[in-house]
Amino acid sequence: MQWEVVIGLETHTQLKTNTKIFSGASTTYGAAPNTQACEVSIALPGVLPVLNKQAVECAIKFGLAIDAEIAQRSVFSRKNYFYPDLPKGYQISQFELPVVGKGKITIQVPAGKSTEAYEKVIHITRAHLEEDAGKSVHDAVDGMSGIDLNRAGTPLLEIVTEPDMRSAAEAVAYAKKLHELVQWIGICDGNMQEGSFRCDVNVSVRPKGTEKLGTRREIKNLNSFKFMQQAIEYETQWQIETLEDGGTIQQATVLFNPDTGETRAMRSKEEANDYRYFPDPDLLPLAVTEEDKSRVRAEMPELPQALQARFVGEYQLSAYDASTLTASKAVADYFVETVQAGADAKQSANWVMGAVSAKLNAEEKTIADSPVTATQLAALLKRIGDNTISNNAAKQVFEGMWAGEGTVDAIIEAKGLKQVSDTGAIEAIIKEVLTANQAMVDEYKSGKEKAFNALVGQCMKASKGKANPAQVNELLKNMLG
Amino acid sequence: MALNLDDIKRIAMLARIEVSESEAQETLHKLSGILGLIEQMQAVDTTGITPMSHSQDVTQRLREDVVTKTNQRELFQSIAPATQDGLYLVPKVIE
Amino acid sequence: MINSSLKQLGHLLASKQISSVELTQSYLQRMAQHNPGINAYITIDEEKSLAQAKAADVSIAAGNAQALTGIPIAQKDIFCAKGWRTTCGSKMLETFISPYDAHVISQFDAVGAVNLGKTNMDEFAMGSSNETSYFGGVKNPWDVDRVPGGSSGGSAAAVAARLCAAATGTDTGGSIRQPASLCGFTGLKPTYGLVSRYGMIAFASSLDQAGPMAKSAEDCALMMNVMAGFDERDSTSLNRPVEDYTRGLAAMTGDQPLKGLRIGLPKEYFAEGLNADVAKVIETAIAEYKKLGADIVEVSLPNNNLSIPVYYVLAPAEASSNLSRFDGVRYGHRAAEYNDLLEMYMKSRAEGFGAEVKRRILIGTYVLSAGYYDAYYLKAQQIRRLIAQDFVEAFKYCDVIMGPAAPSTAFKVGEKTSDPVAMYLEDLYTIAVNLAGLPGMSIPAGFAQSSEGKPLPVGLQIIGNYFDEARMLDIGHAYQQVTDWHQQMPAGLE
Repeated sequence: MQWEVVIGLETHTQLKTNTKIFSGASTTYGAAPNTQACEVSIALPGVLPVLNKQAVECAIKFGLAIDAEIAQRSVFSRKNYFYPDLPKGYQISQFELPVVGKGKITIQVPAGKSTEAYEKVIHITRAHLEEDAGKSVHDAVDGMSGIDLNRAGTPLLEIVTEPDMRSAAEAVAYAKKLHELVQWIGICDGNMQEGSFRCDVNVSVRPKGTEKLGTRREIKNLNSFKFMQQAIEYETQWQIETLEDGGTIQQATVLFNPDTGETRAMRSKEEANDYRYFPDPDLLPLAVTEEDKSRVRAEMPELPQALQARFVGEYQLSAYDASTLTASKAVADYFVETVQAGADAKQSANWVMGAVSAKLNAEEKTIADSPVTATQLAALLKRIGDNTISNNAAKQVFEGMWAGEGTVDAIIEAKGLKQVSDTGAIEAIIKEVLTANQAMVDEYKSGKEKAFNALVGQCMKASKGKANPAQVNELLKNMLG
Repeated sequence: MALNLDDIKRIAMLARIEVSESEAQETLHKLSGILGLIEQMQAVDTTGITPMSHSQDVTQRLREDVVTKTNQRELFQSIAPATQDGLYLVPKVIE
Repeated sequence: MINSSLKQLGHLLASKQISSVELTQSYLQRMAQHNPGINAYITIDEEKSLAQAKAADVSIAAGNAQALTGIPIAQKDIFCAKGWRTTCGSKMLETFISPYDAHVISQFDAVGAVNLGKTNMDEFAMGSSNETSYFGGVKNPWDVDRVPGGSSGGSAAAVAARLCAAATGTDTGGSIRQPASLCGFTGLKPTYGLVSRYGMIAFASSLDQAGPMAKSAEDCALMMNVMAGFDERDSTSLNRPVEDYTRGLAAMTGDQPLKGLRIGLPKEYFAEGLNADVAKVIETAIAEYKKLGADIVEVSLPNNNLSIPVYYVLAPAEASSNLSRFDGVRYGHRAAEYNDLLEMYMKSRAEGFGAEVKRRILIGTYVLSAGYYDAYYLKAQQIRRLIAQDFVEAFKYCDVIMGPAAPSTAFKVGEKTSDPVAMYLEDLYTIAVNLAGLPGMSIPAGFAQSSEGKPLPVGLQIIGNYFDEARMLDIGHAYQQVTDWHQQMPAGLE
């Protein structure tokens, strides 16, 4: 039988705020245990929550970015369950009325080597604000667990998709796209190691061509794209094999073990949950007005889609280039800055996607850490534009700049890379070359076009690469008459 | 909706309150009496009435995102049943 | 002096006829003498109280005295007070020393009032007789075989027995007004949102409201000036202009100070369930109000009988969640023996909570659980709106509503403990006010004779429209200018 996997994601994105969602305690990562656990974080008797404005604005930004409905009125509810890292015995979340409603995200799915990437729209069901739990530190003391509540109350935006994805590749493409988007709009630092972006993946399988969804299992807390890919692939295979062996799938929460590459059901969550949601009487309905939305929209950066359209329209870039340059905000910003510093757009695009990107990859750096700034790159490209150096020489200059050898002009000077554009000087070189290579001249004259290129090469070599290639071409043609 | 002993055990587990077999019967009796009182509500037709969560029709005030809390771990943990190295200790949590 | 008003005490302090230390000491002495029999206080800390009194004397000497500077106030043990044991009447918090101050406590500290001690209460404010306290029941100073009412029973007994100048209480379903009625003093539950709930241990968050418990309306007005006000730490705290609750009191003199006031009498408050002796006292009080110039109109609160079932869904539901934080992990009682985490939770909570609290947690858990939410919780919230609308309708025809605060006078200790439902009916006239979020007050209106021939106080309830506290206090004050019920003290405690 042919099987089809159906995947939906719930992503917990930690919002970029200074303080917790319901108290003025710091959210800085990595502090000593419980030093950022204020009276609200540890749920002393009598304490009360007050909602963080910044967290709400982050949610609005996300809603605007995915073209979603933003609720004029949303409600915070209590999700009741006992767990040592949940100090109040309930998590404040949004249940019936979330702040962000239906929206969509378009993803590019890289397909196999033989086929091209394809585009797919992933529907977002909702996104809601909630507080994070603390952390359990196992075996802090023999047979005991230690509870650190520094993270308790950290603001999260939980983003839930429809079960729209049909492969691990699609799920990973969506997760990567979302990861980039939340950083793009500045609501999440995207740090997966620190748990700022965690995905729960719901996986089920069904016979291909059928409508009814299979029983799903939820893979919890995936914090790397690589693990997500592995976990989904393993889980899918496991479910198919189980069904083919005549077994049934039980709804369950599972964990992925990166060491074994396997998923296994969690013991503690097996008990049937009855969260007894009800509206939190300590909090009032959250109102978002049109003015709130306009104000937040004004603070938002241009979104990737809009920027792509602008790159195509304004800079005449290809759709592919525009898409590549908007894969991350930092790259897009770098490119725009290069162009704004006076460099040619197409040339800037080629350099950013080419030399700059290659160096960054080789050194495992992000563009923010690039030793060559956008302004410096623009200065370099201008020297190509005004014929001071050739493209080839520019590559050497770029290497020099990367290594911190100085400014563009200083490096050109130091390496003697200045292009020769003096007609007389070039003609002298050509004469020498023609004299020394009579055989090639004869070949050319007998109709072998290839010989022309060889002569150009000889001229460039004789000029030590400094002659302006366009001029060499033109003069050589004339002189060969 | 009549309660039975299984309901008592189920809700006691949800509420994390140990109820012994002997207490369960007494609890069932008392809770049934309270539920009897509550049942009066079912006679009221509430079709179309918006539930009332708050007595004032106001919306949530928002707090500026400014750190106002300082570390008071020592004070807070002075009243904790068990701590070590700044952590609250509990019997091993199994995942 | 023990029967002096807060204003009089203020004058004595300001004119240096007495110091705050002396005043505090005299109360502490009365407490040492009478508290063992009444059990109004859970925690008394002479050293702390006297240190505050000393500081108050310095303020007074420096000319910085405010209305309540140096005056000893009893605090219900539901308010977290830094450095004070704060038990909420529960074994769960038997050893809990609060590391922070409730808003109400800070407000009293800010004016230099003296915290005289933490008063007894029904465990987590769940009860109408103060018999659910882990620290033992409180006795009614008018008859020690009877209950003082609850849940603010300790504060009630302390005010009635003059073991404090005034006290604080909280009222979720009548916990200030019913004990005020049973112990014969003035108690006000303000409009929901007027007094910050920050640091007040939550029972039912959407209903809980703190208020003053004192001898007179005038004293309550002075207390309100300290307690009310916006607090940004409570999302449900209302940001309103500051009011002087004493502003209208002086005008309550002369022939007919309440001329034109329309008093609504809900017919449902005088129907079956009301004790005949209590009814007589209320009728006499209403007659007195007519003499003060008021007009009487009959109004109706047709859904009042539903307020008890609605309350016993909503309050336990909220409480079941509010009390989940008592899990023995970060503070509070932890069982001595357990094999694993689940057992630690189950035993700690079974041992730490008393029977009534457990019942309410279980009822609340049940009504919120899967499959029952709509039939119970949602339905109750819908009827809550009907109950609130009844008041909106009634206030079209009257300015204030009057009636009994409790269906009977103080009942015998143990009389209703075996039947929770009978106990719940004690709140028949008070709960609807909490559900609607309105202000309600009880003032002493006279006495009924007990079967043993003892006088037992009866309270008149005055219910106002939202934010009408100042007017209600005026109305109470006008009555207290022509009657002396509020001045009377239990025998043997003069």
